[in-house]
Amino acid sequence: MDGGVTSVSAGQAPGETETSVVRFAGDSGDGMQLTGGQFTLSTAIAGNDLATFPDFPAEIRAPVGTTFGVSAFQINFGGRKIKTVGDQLDVLVAMNPAALKVNLADLKDGGLIIADQGTFNDKNLRKAGYEENPLEGETLTNYKVLSVDMSRLTSEAVKPHGLSNKEGLRTKNMWALGLVYWMYGRDRSATADWLKNKFAKIPHIAEGNVAALNAGHAFGETIEQHPEVRPIHVPAADIAPGLYRAVTGAQALSWGLTAGSQLANLRMVFCSYPITPASVLLHTLANLKAYDVETFQAEDEIAAICAALGASYAGSLGVTSSSGPGIALKTEALGLAISTELPLVVVNSQRGGPSTGLPTKTEQSDLFQAVWGRNGDAPLCVLATRSPSDCFDVAIEAVRIAVRYMTPVILLTDGFLANASEPWLIPDIDAYEPFPTQFADDPESFQPFNRDEDTLARPWAKPGTPGLEHRIGGIEKANGSGHISYDPDNHQLMTDLRAEKIAKIAEDVPLQTVDQGPETGKLAVVGWGSTYGPISRAVTESLAEGNEVSHIHLRHIWPLPRNLKELLSGFDQILVPEMNNGQLVRLLRAEYLLPAEGFNKIAGKPFKIRELKEAIQSRLGGNSA
Amino acid sequence: MTQQTKPEKLTPKDFATDQEVRWCPGCGDYAILKSVQKTLADIGATPEDTVFISGIGCAARFPYYMATYGFHTIHGRAAAVATGAKLANPDLDIWVVGGDGDSLSIGGNHLMHALRRDIDLNYLMFNNEIYGLTKGQYSPTSRLGTQSPSTPQGSLDKPVNAAAFALGAGGRFIARSGDIMQAHLVQTLTKAHAHKGMSFVEIMQNCIVYNDNVFGHFMEKKVQAEAQIRVEHGQPLRFGAENEKGLVLDVKTLGLKIATIGVDAEESDILVHDETNPVLAMLLARMEPPHFPVAMGVIYAAPAGETYEAEMEAQMQSAAKPGAKPDLKKLLTSGHTWSVDQS
Repeated sequence: MDGGVTSVSAGQAPGETETSVVRFAGDSGDGMQLTGGQFTLSTAIAGNDLATFPDFPAEIRAPVGTTFGVSAFQINFGGRKIKTVGDQLDVLVAMNPAALKVNLADLKDGGLIIADQGTFNDKNLRKAGYEENPLEGETLTNYKVLSVDMSRLTSEAVKPHGLSNKEGLRTKNMWALGLVYWMYGRDRSATADWLKNKFAKIPHIAEGNVAALNAGHAFGETIEQHPEVRPIHVPAADIAPGLYRAVTGAQALSWGLTAGSQLANLRMVFCSYPITPASVLLHTLANLKAYDVETFQAEDEIAAICAALGASYAGSLGVTSSSGPGIALKTEALGLAISTELPLVVVNSQRGGPSTGLPTKTEQSDLFQAVWGRNGDAPLCVLATRSPSDCFDVAIEAVRIAVRYMTPVILLTDGFLANASEPWLIPDIDAYEPFPTQFADDPESFQPFNRDEDTLARPWAKPGTPGLEHRIGGIEKANGSGHISYDPDNHQLMTDLRAEKIAKIAEDVPLQTVDQGPETGKLAVVGWGSTYGPISRAVTESLAEGNEVSHIHLRHIWPLPRNLKELLSGFDQILVPEMNNGQLVRLLRAEYLLPAEGFNKIAGKPFKIRELKEAIQSRLGGNSA
Repeated sequence: MTQQTKPEKLTPKDFATDQEVRWCPGCGDYAILKSVQKTLADIGATPEDTVFISGIGCAARFPYYMATYGFHTIHGRAAAVATGAKLANPDLDIWVVGGDGDSLSIGGNHLMHALRRDIDLNYLMFNNEIYGLTKGQYSPTSRLGTQSPSTPQGSLDKPVNAAAFALGAGGRFIARSGDIMQAHLVQTLTKAHAHKGMSFVEIMQNCIVYNDNVFGHFMEKKVQAEAQIRVEHGQPLRFGAENEKGLVLDVKTLGLKIATIGVDAEESDILVHDETNPVLAMLLARMEPPHFPVAMGVIYAAPAGETYEAEMEAQMQSAAKPGAKPDLKKLLTSGHTWSVDQS
């Protein structure tokens, strides 16, 4: 858990805790994602801040009861700003032995296990690899265990509503949810309404689910024989007023791209090839045709970026999306986009690599690929997003830069951000400054490689415009006329111009700020991407414990913010935590010749706050508070 | 927007750029360029709405010589770039130009999918059975045993038949012509342009440097009548110096055979070309010398269906609220929301 301590008082008086981490885990068919989604909703309504993360199995339909078929949903919620999904679990709901087996290592000492005793039979124990029933042996003595036959109790509760045995057992996720609702004092009405609506056409299923929810809750009220389990109060957080919704990174990114296209007054043509974990962007955008978003599922990654580039050439905003291996395939076409100076947005939902790597696990190891991974001197703009809701603004920024500078922009997100969700104060879209696209239309002055004095961008002339017929391509072009040119001086000039154009973007983006801590001092922790949450919390806690440490988090990876060198020079030490083997740290050292030090974790999982705090404290001389 | 004053009708010259053409002297591409420029003039194309998109190779230099919009892309990917451009603006008249390596080797995948998708592109494949720009290696259409710098003892892989490939991929307009057959080529390109959906035209093209006269046995003027059959919808499939031969169906082998009228067949036995018949089209596409003449003309033209980009546009239109600017606020507040009040 993210810093808070659960204090359980004696008797039935509720315990109080600032934050709590709960994971619902069960078989793929147990409805854990729905259960987590409902708990998230009522927790948000109760006024807590929160962060969630689903953990699906990689297999589509794994055999029932196996460890690789376990599906889980984790939520961290509390009475203060929540920035991560939590290091350790306070409560683990295990719907079968496999779920217990897979998730137990994440439960903190003294944490609570709520297990469905009814599923801990010989067959399921064997499938999970248990030789004896853990609920009966000595292996769980470090934890509190509430072992209850949810299967039987659920079946009894739903019996009056005419559900078959199979239908009845499918509602036991609601029974478990009801019990957890009781523990945290949650209102059940939002979930009951949702169930009635979802199963409006099959009323007996709706009634059965509500009955299971209520039965689980009622079980909590009569739980005195289980002294381990107490109701827990998590106070409401101080949250800025306004209209909120839950948003995943993939949703926010899709909507940001859509908003950016509208602000640019362009149709978006989104061309993509399915790949984990990026496909969810294609799925989301495929439903946004009403917002002038055209989606095209191409035959491969190369066709996807080429079609996107063709769309940009024809005057729409071409966008493509993939993950590391797919981005590798797009590399040649990215060079063409750089050479022809056309706008293009390329989203990389990073995953563990190299090669197929860890498709469902998170990593941020494609920074080098994004900044430098092309043949020739081929500069482009690279942005990174830090949190699910941040995806919205970064996507808009990517569109703005792509159109204004006539350049491809790579937007780095990752598998964690794509699926993680958090409450989002819905922004006022009217407050965003539009940046309508100016297409060339004057044949008198037109040359395809004339340049804007401020941005060095060339004009965007779309086919269909009379008098502007011209030819472009990947062969080196004469600056101005755009005719094929093998002239050595011109190649030097064009190489310089392409680099200078991208470098100029730094003049058009905000100065880098310090997220937390002093502006100069002993230690700057510099991060990028989805490490924002854990670094931020680790720095908050380190500051609270009296350490002198600052957090700097980059959105603009290339070009780097124009004041970054000066900012970093004000610190004695620079620590760069990354979920890779040291990429931003090398970039910073190469650019600034500063003694930045890496702190690296490549385990397919986000940093734990504890790990980061230890790293911070060891740099500060180990004066751990 | 400036007002353009245009001559009544553009001539082939109006479609030529001022760029120096850099193909080898005597290259078949010159003749094809002339035929394409003539075709555009004939059909009354407007330069601003016409786009030439190419990959890499000798043929792919084509856009630089056309006074239209042009995009010289990367090796094999022209069909994919053109697909995106057509989706973005279905009003554009898009011609894709590629050689046999560009289209069938590195770009075979994109060509296949563009064909089956049936997006309205005009695809011109210049087939010279060799890699010219990289100095003469054998290509996917080179005949078995082709000696080249990369196959000094002769090529081992069996060649692909471009028209048969296009048919197999689900192409709905497949034609064949040749660089020096200007009248026939212009006529074929005109039909290809008129076809709604993707059209594929294989143009036999002589590479004077690396594969000179590789098609001489059916392209030279003096052998054309015997070695080619000009297929035309509704006309008997006849050829020969005296037009005395024709194709008949061999029902025992379910194949074609050559018959001579008055010798082993009546006039009425000769098959009549039906360009809408995919089975006949495959038989014609696969005819090769020396046993058969090479089929030239429109081998297959399926009745027009809805093109991919038109169906896509229809989906876009049906999703949009007529006349209304899409409301992002509605999108952002869709699903479950909750209010946090001032505390």
